[in-house]
Amino acid sequence: MSPVVRLLIKRIATSFIVLVGVSLLIFTIARVIPGDPARIALGPNASAEAVEALRDKLHLNDAFVVQYGYFVADLARGDLGQSLYSNRPVTADIAAYLPATLELVFFAGTTMILIGVPLGMLAARYRDRPLDHGIRLFTMLGVSAPDFVWAVILMLIFAYFLPIFPIAGRISDSFAVPPVTGFLTIDSLIAGDFAAFGNVLWHLALPAFALSFAGIGQSARLTRANMVETYRKPFIEMALAFGFPQGRIARRFAFKPSMIPSLTVIGLDLASMLGNAFLVEQIFAWPGLSRYGVAVILRKDLNAIVGTVLIISAMFLIVNIVVDLLVALINPRIRLSQRSS
Amino acid sequence: MTAPTLAIDDLRLGFRGWAGTVEVLHGISLHIAKGERVALVGESGSGKSVTARLVLGLVQELRGARYSGRMAFEGRDLGALSRREREALRGDRISMIFQDPTSSLNPVYTIGTLFHEVLLRGTPGIGTAEARERAVAALADVAIADPGRVLSSYAFQLSGGMNQRVLIAMALANNPALLLADEPGTALDVTVQAQTLTLMQQLVARHGTSMLFISHNLGVVREFADRVYVIYKGRIVEQGPTEALFDNPLHPYTRALMAAVPRITGEGIPEIDEEQTGFYAPLVAHPGHSEAELRP
Ligand SMILES: Nc1ncnc2c1ncn2[C@@H]1O[C@H](COP(=O)(O)OP(=O)(O)OP(=O)(O)O)[C@@H](O)[C@H]1O
Ligand SMILES: [Mg+2]
Repeated sequence: MSPVVRLLIKRIATSFIVLVGVSLLIFTIARVIPGDPARIALGPNASAEAVEALRDKLHLNDAFVVQYGYFVADLARGDLGQSLYSNRPVTADIAAYLPATLELVFFAGTTMILIGVPLGMLAARYRDRPLDHGIRLFTMLGVSAPDFVWAVILMLIFAYFLPIFPIAGRISDSFAVPPVTGFLTIDSLIAGDFAAFGNVLWHLALPAFALSFAGIGQSARLTRANMVETYRKPFIEMALAFGFPQGRIARRFAFKPSMIPSLTVIGLDLASMLGNAFLVEQIFAWPGLSRYGVAVILRKDLNAIVGTVLIISAMFLIVNIVVDLLVALINPRIRLSQRSS
Repeated sequence: MTAPTLAIDDLRLGFRGWAGTVEVLHGISLHIAKGERVALVGESGSGKSVTARLVLGLVQELRGARYSGRMAFEGRDLGALSRREREALRGDRISMIFQDPTSSLNPVYTIGTLFHEVLLRGTPGIGTAEARERAVAALADVAIADPGRVLSSYAFQLSGGMNQRVLIAMALANNPALLLADEPGTALDVTVQAQTLTLMQQLVARHGTSMLFISHNLGVVREFADRVYVIYKGRIVEQGPTEALFDNPLHPYTRALMAAVPRITGEGIPEIDEEQTGFYAPLVAHPGHSEAELRP
């Protein structure tokens, strides 16, 4: 078995254990917070008998362990239960809202990496010179305020005062894209509708940038710090002594070793965007999972809360597994030492 | 008379820092004839490494470094070269070997990939297959029995001695005219160091490469150098053919160095009293190759 495959299996196993822990935790918390879900679902005018009947139907009158048993049995069949908020299966709700969130996070993450990492490389290569100071100032700005503040500021400037970008939504009403994957960028391309594709990107621009701004700062600062550290290593001095041009030293000899420590943290930043997306989605009226999540928490919709949290945890773990694999691929020490362990 | 491989005349260097300029070299003159192996000996901080890095053009890139004096490589004035031209010399006509072989090799690339990069310096556009062929030959030259395995390994998978051989092979791969060896292999254990130094000496002799050998180990210097410069606090205090200098050390610092030989580790050299022992006496030059004779 190849060492990378073994690493993959190990990570999937630990992720599974983490998921079980998360499910128990959120299952408990959802039941501990005050308020009767059945009463909230049926409204203040429903009769006590109707509420009691619903409580019975939801197994809320059973012991906690029994409730968890029902939950696990359903989950094994891929069933997360009914949502009291939407009156649909929770899985159907998640399938409807998750793609919007993933699309946003994907573009924000790509923006973060494509802008943040090269900025960090430039700053490291021109360390302590004006360009470095400029980049550091810019990245300080990014990390100095949370994403939702940038979302508000960007929205005010580029959608309100200068109406360049749309204020809300994923796509203009004038476009109709037949749903296939739920990712509007992909669906519009499948439909061959390039005008719709452009419209989707236009809607994505502001929220994705707002969500990525802190990450751009973080990843640039991290890349710079690790590359400056690498520049002190003897193998860089050797590369200099062999006359490689500065650009090649930066891109080929200093970059890759520096990415080994950076990648894990950048991966965590990427995963934490799933959580940060909550507020950005609220501000841009983005029809994603976070709006759904907030709504179901306020309604104390137990099944939907547990389902939403589980799916976000699963996404988080998947991102981490992918990052761990990438690290193993670029770090020969990990790749090769797995063999002996 | 053909131009010497390296001629340095009155080289001075200072670093500008917070507390004013720190003078590091106070007028160094030395030369290396073609095919000659010259040692530069002195204690820690005396300015050996900065001298080599000036020749390579690396110190010039540091901000705050101020230098003066002439350096000529094969008759070309190094001071008149552009940054690009200096880069072009490095790794091709002038190459360098460092103290710690394992940390001198990039940890995320295989030796084969690194070797290809090195060969590209001398032969731009060289392809993977041809580079591999030449690398195998070069590794065989440094007595590596299974070049194939070494080329597909990473530095951390190989022993220090093996990495040192790889570095020697890389440094000589493009047939440089001058090899700068800055305390090569001091990070290795003594027997391995001796083996690799012998190997390096044989190869250098075979290729006719000139060498500047930096060390504070006099035993090693005696064995490997044709001629020796003794450097003390940024000044050359004595120079001459190895035998003459070792038989009859004249400068008090050289004598102190030799007295310290059995316990020499780099730090164990006694301070000498500069006022009393005639430190500021003129440079001691043993007959043979004095700098004055070299000037036209
Ligand atoms: N970049 C720099 N900035 C300031 N001072 C420097 C710099 N590089 C070297 N020096 C100083 O120059 C002096 C000579 O340094 P150098 O590295 O040449 O010593 P060395 O003879 O090679 O010693 P060692 O045997 O320890 O390697 C030292 O005092 C050192 O502190
Ligand atoms: Mg040194």
